[in-house]
Amino acid sequence: MKPINEAKMTFLSRSTNEGFARTAAACFAAQLDPTLDEINDIKTAVSEAVTNCIVHAYPDRLGVVSMRLRLFEDNTLEIVIKDSGVGIPDVDRARKPLYTTGGADRSGMGFTIMESFMDTLKVRSVQEKGTTVTMRRRVSRRLGG
Amino acid sequence: MPVSCMETGQTLTAKIAGEVDHHAAKDLMAQLGREIDAALPQSLELDLGGVSFMDSSGIAVVLRSYKRMKELGGGMTLRQVPPHAAKVLRAAGVDKLIPFLN
Ligand SMILES: Nc1ncnc2c1ncn2[C@@H]1O[C@H](COP(=O)(O)OP(=O)(O)OP(=O)(O)O)[C@@H](O)[C@H]1O
Ligand SMILES: [Mg+2]
Repeated sequence: MKPINEAKMTFLSRSTNEGFARTAAACFAAQLDPTLDEINDIKTAVSEAVTNCIVHAYPDRLGVVSMRLRLFEDNTLEIVIKDSGVGIPDVDRARKPLYTTGGADRSGMGFTIMESFMDTLKVRSVQEKGTTVTMRRRVSRRLGG
Repeated sequence: MPVSCMETGQTLTAKIAGEVDHHAAKDLMAQLGREIDAALPQSLELDLGGVSFMDSSGIAVVLRSYKRMKELGGGMTLRQVPPHAAKVLRAAGVDKLIPFLN
């Protein structure tokens, strides 16, 4: 399937960019005429993935995070968030609810939220190379729009 | 990230406004911790009515306050939880620990 629209951006792993990334994704998604609930779900999932890059992928340095947004004819939004950080040794374990290496400041719910707020979540990771998170969400078509 | 507080008897009401993400969480945890330790209340009402966005970082903020209140032998409730924040908090089972009230 070919995308009907696409946007790409890269930014530094500074925590101020969490708000930037989710707002940018919400603006791109606006062309699908999503409901407020759908927008909130998308913003939350983006915030989770970008925060993970900032907190876990680059624990003690600034690195580059990229986000690609694509829109398909069936009203599906695809979001790919990628870092070149430390990677995840065991992805299946990392995706389990409450699993965290972040201590008391984190709750280990990020992947669980991405999974339940989006339709699909794919995580690919190579240690010392980085992590790519791909999420898709089909936005409902509203009548009379 | 503004936290505004009010004490009524043994109850501390803390209102949080704005976006609760990782960027805001550190300050927020510190501010809430200071307010709790200064008031030493019997119960904490954490009012989320002004929260415009919340992700999993908010779960840790809420649970941190809950833990501190438990250490003090007190209780905690959540007030005016917006639907989007409720969805995030419920995903972590926070509603089973802390009652959501209006
Ligand atoms: N981009 C990443 N690079 C390296 N490690 C990661 C990355 N994303 C996640 N992880 C690892 O996977 C674990 C689980 O991630 P998840 O987002 O579910 O929880 P968390 O970030 O620890 O806590 P929360 O998201 O609730 O604040 C993390 O603790 C970390 O060890
Ligand atoms: Mg996370």
